[in-house]
Amino acid sequence: MNNNKTNSGALLDVKGLRIEFPTRRGTLTAIDGVSLSLKAGEILGVVGESGAGKSLTGTAITGLLERPGRIAGGEIHFNGQRIDNLPSEAMRKLRGKQIGSIFQDPLTSLNPLFSVGRQLIETIRTHTDLTPRQARARAIEMLTQVGIPAPEQRIDQYPHQFSGGMRQRVVIALALCVNPKLVIADEPTTALDVSVQAQIIDLLKTLCREHGSAVMLVTHDMGVIAETCDRVAVMYAGRLVEIGPVQEVVKHARHPYTRGLMGSIPKLGEEVEHLVQIDGAMPRLSHIPQGCAFNPRCPYATARCREEKPEFANVGQGEVACWLWDGVDPATDPDRLFSNVTLAQRARQQADGVGSAPKKSMQACEQEV
Amino acid sequence: MLSFLIRRLGQSLLVMLAVALLAFSMFRYVGDPVTNMLSQDASVEEREQLRESLGLSEPLYVQFSTFVVQAAQGDFGISYRNQRPVSELIAERMPATLELVAVAFIISLLVGVPMGVYSALKPHSWLSHVFQTLSLIGISLPTFVTGILLILTFSVTLNWLPSFGRGEVVSIGWWSTGLLTASGLKSLILPGIMLGLFQVTLIMRLVRAEMMEVLRTDYIRFARARGLSNRAVNFGHALKNTLMPVITIIGLQLGAMIAFAIITETVFQWPGMGFLFIQAVSFVDIPVMSAYLLLVSLIFVVINMIVDMLYFMLDPRLCADRGTANSH
Repeated sequence: MNNNKTNSGALLDVKGLRIEFPTRRGTLTAIDGVSLSLKAGEILGVVGESGAGKSLTGTAITGLLERPGRIAGGEIHFNGQRIDNLPSEAMRKLRGKQIGSIFQDPLTSLNPLFSVGRQLIETIRTHTDLTPRQARARAIEMLTQVGIPAPEQRIDQYPHQFSGGMRQRVVIALALCVNPKLVIADEPTTALDVSVQAQIIDLLKTLCREHGSAVMLVTHDMGVIAETCDRVAVMYAGRLVEIGPVQEVVKHARHPYTRGLMGSIPKLGEEVEHLVQIDGAMPRLSHIPQGCAFNPRCPYATARCREEKPEFANVGQGEVACWLWDGVDPATDPDRLFSNVTLAQRARQQADGVGSAPKKSMQACEQEV
Repeated sequence: MLSFLIRRLGQSLLVMLAVALLAFSMFRYVGDPVTNMLSQDASVEEREQLRESLGLSEPLYVQFSTFVVQAAQGDFGISYRNQRPVSELIAERMPATLELVAVAFIISLLVGVPMGVYSALKPHSWLSHVFQTLSLIGISLPTFVTGILLILTFSVTLNWLPSFGRGEVVSIGWWSTGLLTASGLKSLILPGIMLGLFQVTLIMRLVRAEMMEVLRTDYIRFARARGLSNRAVNFGHALKNTLMPVITIIGLQLGAMIAFAIITETVFQWPGMGFLFIQAVSFVDIPVMSAYLLLVSLIFVVINMIVDMLYFMLDPRLCADRGTANSH
């Protein structure tokens, strides 16, 4: 293909993905240079605030990007095949069979006029050579697997006869009925009751392990990520800011934004007067700041952060896009790095009197490390 | 479903009674029928006698109930103008109108639905733009203008199709049909197009708007995400959901077409009920007018009932009998 190195062991390999929306007021870049990969059977969490581009990345992988949105750059490889430029018919055959999808709202994901069984059988028969009778048996088996009681009777019922949690189980059955290698689950529990969420996530995890499917789990629930995923990718304003093994990212976040996200999860048993929050809001796509997109909200931002876009760099077992890590030993304990940076900032402030001088804190920090 | 049906039936009866009251009061307020029926120099005794024999001296509610009972048996009295039972006149004219409406309705469905589906699936193609423009013209052009233009083009200039009448008709029992002869079929084309044209544009715009809405829903996106073929998604999943709300409008339009075939029938001198009604109006032939009023409302009521039943057949959510929603 071209000279870009391909991550040969990966099931899914997204490289420098860029998605643009041409509008009357100019082109908006919704996804800017996102690179991530998934190994077979791996569960990758994708987190970020609303509008960070998590779902859009998933949509682009399934080839369901709607106009006027378009892939303006980068490549998507699946199972060794480049899929971002496949003809629509070839992509359609891949969808459902190789790449399953689970949508956010189970109440609207199923066609209200068709029975659950018809939708399952239709999907199974589209991708396999099973006879109607075999497909029906397979559908019943899938419903059993997702934990729907009395599947022989339930199969002929209509979506409105199922509760929200049950419908999401049906959606999972639909996504997994032909054993896809990859499942893209777009906030599969956001629309559900808290009591059902854990069951559904658990089911999804167990089934995908059984079927050997890799999962790209899009969510903004850090709890779900911590319990379910092998690796986590953190997105902010259409860019990837950090990616790494789940324990590393949750416990030793290396990007200031990730640290903010983790800090904002209230913990049981801890008395807190105020919930920790990240000040400000994510920029609109039309007003993404120059340099690092997070710089206006970042307590550690320096002049360089406001001008230059940080590159992805290997740190520890993951990767991070932050200038704080530039020139720093990748093995440094993030907690130490950040406390040093804070100390250095304070020292500068005291020296300068009032007003922080983040410009110099960067160098100060580098000297200390 | 049964209780719903019974409730609907009750409501329909109420509607029909209300219309009957209107039809009945026409007799009272458009002059005294006795004056209409007797010559000017009739004596007071003669008037009283006729009044008595017509039952006009009875209290109003007795008169009304007699009217309702007779109407329910299909007896609408004698036409003032033709001196024949109104029910006979209407039975004679009904086949012509129903055949015309059927042709127009089929045209409007066969043309309108595909046009709407096409322009919803390919909203940016040039053909969709042509359809949109045409439908704008069709929806804003008064029907009598299109009728006259059709006659001018196909009858006067090209001399292909007849400009008036039903052509040769064949009687099957009391039903006279123009569908079995060449001239009858040819005569149906122009009025059918005239009556159907507005419906074509209406159905097209409706189907287009509905379908574009449906294509944006999650379940259509999910159907695509499952890799179903475009045909299965567009014509299996999307079209059925599109047609749900469209059926209501189409049903009402069918009623409207029967009721308002008047203009088309007038332009083409079509011997149908509408034409009969127009003649009745100009002669203040009240029995015919009130019968027409009742008939048209009956047609609307029946069509509405059928549409409701169709909903039950098409939308499983309405059918409570199929099992109660399980919410756990």
